Amino acid sequence: MKVPVSWLSELVDLPSGITVEELDDAFVRLGFEVEEIARPPATTGPLVVGEVLEIEELTGFKKPIRYCQVEVGESEPRGIVCGARNFAVGDLVVAALPGVVLPGDFAIAARSTYGKTSDGMICSVRELGIGEDHAGILVLGQDGVEPGTPAGPLLGLDDVVFDLDVTPDRGYAMSMRGIARDLAGVLGVSWRDPADLPLPEWHGAPAWEVTVADPERCDRFSMLALEGLDPAAPSPWALRRRLTQCGVRSISLAVDVTNYVMLELGQPMHAFDRDTVRGPITVRTAAAGERLTTLDGADRALTEDDLLITDESGPIGMAGVMGGASTEIGDSTTAVLLEAAHWEPTGISRGVRRHRLPSEAGKRFERGTDPEVTVVALARAAGLLVEHGGARVVGTPVDVDTREPGYGIALDVSLPGRIAGVPYTRGQVLEALEAVGATVEGDGDTVRVAPPSWRGDLLEPADLVEEVVRFRGFDEIPSILPTAPPGRGLTERQRRRRSIGRALADAGYVEAPAFPFIGTPQLDALGLPADDDRRQVITVRNPLSEEAPALRTTLLPGLLASLARNLARGQRDVALFEHGTVFPGGERSAAPLPGVDRRPDDATLAALLGAVPAQPWHVAVAITGQREPRGWWGPGRPAEWADAVQVARTVAEAAGAALTVRAGERAPWHPGRCAELLVDGAVVGYAGELHPKVCETLGLPPRTSVMELDADAFPAPDVPQAPPISTFPPVLIDLALVVPVEVPAADVAAALREGAGELLEDLRLFDVYTGAPVPEGSRSLAYALTLRAPDRTLTGEEAAAVRDSALAAATAATGATLRG
Amino acid sequence: MSGANDPYDPKQVAALSREALEEALTLGVAAFQNAGDLEQLATVRPDHLGDRAPLLLARRELGALPPAARSDAGKRLNSVLGDLKKFYAERLEQLEAERDARVLAEERVDVTLPWDRTPRGARHPLTTLTDRIADIFVGMGYEVAEGPELEAEWLNFDALNIGPDHPSRSMMDTFFVAGGPGQDENSGLVLRTHTSPVQARTMLDRRPPLYVVAPGRVYRTDELDATHLPVFHQVEGLAVDKGLTMAHLRGTLDHLARQLFGPDARTRWRPHFFPFTEPSAEFDVWFPEHRDGPQWVEWGGCGMVNPRVLRACGIDPDEYSGFAFGMGIERALQFRSAVSDMHDIAEADVRFTSVFGVEQ
Repeated sequence: MKVPVSWLSELVDLPSGITVEELDDAFVRLGFEVEEIARPPATTGPLVVGEVLEIEELTGFKKPIRYCQVEVGESEPRGIVCGARNFAVGDLVVAALPGVVLPGDFAIAARSTYGKTSDGMICSVRELGIGEDHAGILVLGQDGVEPGTPAGPLLGLDDVVFDLDVTPDRGYAMSMRGIARDLAGVLGVSWRDPADLPLPEWHGAPAWEVTVADPERCDRFSMLALEGLDPAAPSPWALRRRLTQCGVRSISLAVDVTNYVMLELGQPMHAFDRDTVRGPITVRTAAAGERLTTLDGADRALTEDDLLITDESGPIGMAGVMGGASTEIGDSTTAVLLEAAHWEPTGISRGVRRHRLPSEAGKRFERGTDPEVTVVALARAAGLLVEHGGARVVGTPVDVDTREPGYGIALDVSLPGRIAGVPYTRGQVLEALEAVGATVEGDGDTVRVAPPSWRGDLLEPADLVEEVVRFRGFDEIPSILPTAPPGRGLTERQRRRRSIGRALADAGYVEAPAFPFIGTPQLDALGLPADDDRRQVITVRNPLSEEAPALRTTLLPGLLASLARNLARGQRDVALFEHGTVFPGGERSAAPLPGVDRRPDDATLAALLGAVPAQPWHVAVAITGQREPRGWWGPGRPAEWADAVQVARTVAEAAGAALTVRAGERAPWHPGRCAELLVDGAVVGYAGELHPKVCETLGLPPRTSVMELDADAFPAPDVPQAPPISTFPPVLIDLALVVPVEVPAADVAAALREGAGELLEDLRLFDVYTGAPVPEGSRSLAYALTLRAPDRTLTGEEAAAVRDSALAAATAATGATLRG
Repeated sequence: MSGANDPYDPKQVAALSREALEEALTLGVAAFQNAGDLEQLATVRPDHLGDRAPLLLARRELGALPPAARSDAGKRLNSVLGDLKKFYAERLEQLEAERDARVLAEERVDVTLPWDRTPRGARHPLTTLTDRIADIFVGMGYEVAEGPELEAEWLNFDALNIGPDHPSRSMMDTFFVAGGPGQDENSGLVLRTHTSPVQARTMLDRRPPLYVVAPGRVYRTDELDATHLPVFHQVEGLAVDKGLTMAHLRGTLDHLARQLFGPDARTRWRPHFFPFTEPSAEFDVWFPEHRDGPQWVEWGGCGMVNPRVLRACGIDPDEYSGFAFGMGIERALQFRSAVSDMHDIAEADVRFTSVFGVEQ
């Protein structure tokens, strides 16, 4: 909503000397965010009103040129050359005399041109910086302005325009009337309500025959007829200037007047060409299959929810959204039917969205207009058309008014203070409510507040509290920290996520969150088989990109895209991790939409919560390049499958879970380099090297390795139990075994542990060797065993017995033999 | 040897003569002083302090003296011997120090050599900032509540007083989610447009008093540009208790501002509109460390929980009141760490994230 200060000052007795900054503060305090303050364009020098006395047509140039004598209030008229032709002798124009500097540092000086000396310039609105219209020069329609009068104030060149962001609950503030009332209230000054207009005495028959068939959606419909309008009558400059300042384009007098009254009173209006309306008007919803060609020329299919204004020919307008082409005001319209109505806001909102027809009228109707002012607005518009367009009102207005009687809200006068935490007095509360325009009745603790007709948003005591606090100002509210009851701290799951994130960062991985949108191409690139569960996706109906309409079922596409982006930007050694939600698809039920007047019943609530699919928390890493860089200490170590498996162990450890690993097979991993990750015997994820084809498809370096697991699948960790710490010396034994290559090292280690029993304190694989003299098909695994007893120093015999037992167990379980 | 009872003149025992003792001391001191290193010192030590050294041999002569003279000579001998031992110890210490200094000097390294053999990783600043904010509230007794990102439309809108035709419902630029296999288009699910449905979930699930904070990821259909993200993070706070006022809300936000942005930070409110709060406000925070100088920065929205929302969640608004607030974490990161382009927050470039390390 654009608010020119000059207009505002006609309605509000602004304190003298109030600054733009003080007005800015006042608007912000009222809750109108100031989006922009447009200050007048910089113009200096003698810019005056001129009267055209003579026009000499100059010929022989590429275009017709005029040499004009312009009276500017000096002893002699000035001779000014002008290329525009939209003016005549006697017109008042704006003359920039030599010495004027127009916006854009456009300095005016006397100069010779077309064989004449041009002693100034006749200006267009664009040259003055107050509009875009450059079709001709600006002709002022004002009588009684003397030539030579400074033109600046007349043009609004001294005016500041505030652009206010009005929140959707405050329809009344989409008008000068509403803004003026609030501003006067917060500044504590008096104001003039432009809707407080004496209605003329109308005589004769009602303007038209009107039936409102849907009073639920239209509780007031008013019309007034005018005749004798001069279709060529221009809008007066003052009106056009205000429209321009408010960002509304001037079209014709009739349209400009309805727009002006909308800006002034907040009541959008529509003007029908009366001679094109066929028979009685009915306001009703559309029938199936009906169509309407709207003012913009579009032929629109209507739905049964569309509210229409119809005549005998069918629809002639979509209520509150857009008028119809068949009854549009044209160049020859002399008789108009003005309509001002009060529409039910949500229906307008649906219509605007359905037909994608946002408009200034729609914005006001969907926020709620003042049903009280329909006839006032008609009278105001009619007055302007009579004054400037030579029209006359015919008959009396039609006014179909089916409004419910007003309602009252019972308000405990102490409630605003109790909510704000400020001890407002009764007087302060009542004063604020009256500033809003409400009527308050009653002397007790509870009063009856009747909200004003323009405040359809005030329904409950809480709504009134907001108005009181707003008018009193937020700055009065003290700052008091409440004491919450003792809390339980973070949950197990929350602590786990943090712990996992920290562990991964400590391990050298950089967190790389990605948007969770994917598409089939990304899943194809991973080589997922057709029946893979990760292809069961949930799709977004209105995705940002048609390429990625689905929600991720795996973190890998996003993570690998982040990896590729980092590589493309010149990184070579990258280790990334992401942890976040995935959205598995599959069967699900639609969520119900219960009412909101009370808590949904348990069954509905259960259905509602049950319809929201489980969204497990996954952790994934991707790593490529050197895991440890080369340096002065020697060469680097390339990242490989083992890093991906190890990081799974890191994650599990951080979560307090015991992870086991076995060979697995799953896309997108290399079938021979894929580890299946298990906790308590259940598979929680996979780790290893990417399939070479996947690397190729995604343009990633060979051997890029990844891990993904479901962190929500980890059980709650047990509280760690302290081991007995023996102070007796350990016995260290190395054991080199020859084992068939297909036997996993994990199996050998498990057998050794089993065989060694309780005296084994630690077991560590320190060498893996293949090649002579180890026979073909076998490999050597060398383990360091630390043995220790809790209560004594182990003897050589005891240690040897443990060693033998461990070896025997490994032999039995895996066919391992002692390496000779 | 003299007989025990003979009168005895020490001068007659040459080794104990004053001159002899002085000479032994002078010789010893010179030898120790001349020893250039520990090895040489060890070599000359037996000559002057060993069992066969003159002073030690002289001691054996003491017994030959009559008691009166013995005491006198003994004192003299011990004094000289003590002086020599002291000198030796000093020299030893000196040479050891010299040796140590030499060895340590030889072992000198260039301590500026890098040793970044295992590169450091980093948590994303959104994560660490979220944790920091959550911790501030946990410190006040709040609990961290959670809700799903793919959320029931009713919880995202209706329960929060955003009816089907409410203008703000379309303003919110919602991602709507299609139904499952064999279902119609309308699944009743959306990608949550704010963390506020967690408020509704909390109030439906638990009885007051409630003090929860809910950080999380939210979605709006904005194209990614320097100032907009389609996927971003908010943190939502909710308190429902008896007698809560806007003063308590201000106290809570001021406390948060001070904890995050320093002791001079505070909040300023502007009236605003949110369907789920009444009264509602937007709030700015005074940020003294702003790179363009101390200034007010827009941060979030807040208000008293709308009684309609309390009723929809089964809480009696006549008995309880509540306040709620929410702010963008990207926004906080943006001004706290002077991020100029939202792309940097979204694109997972390791050069951006690594700067933040593991900031807690």
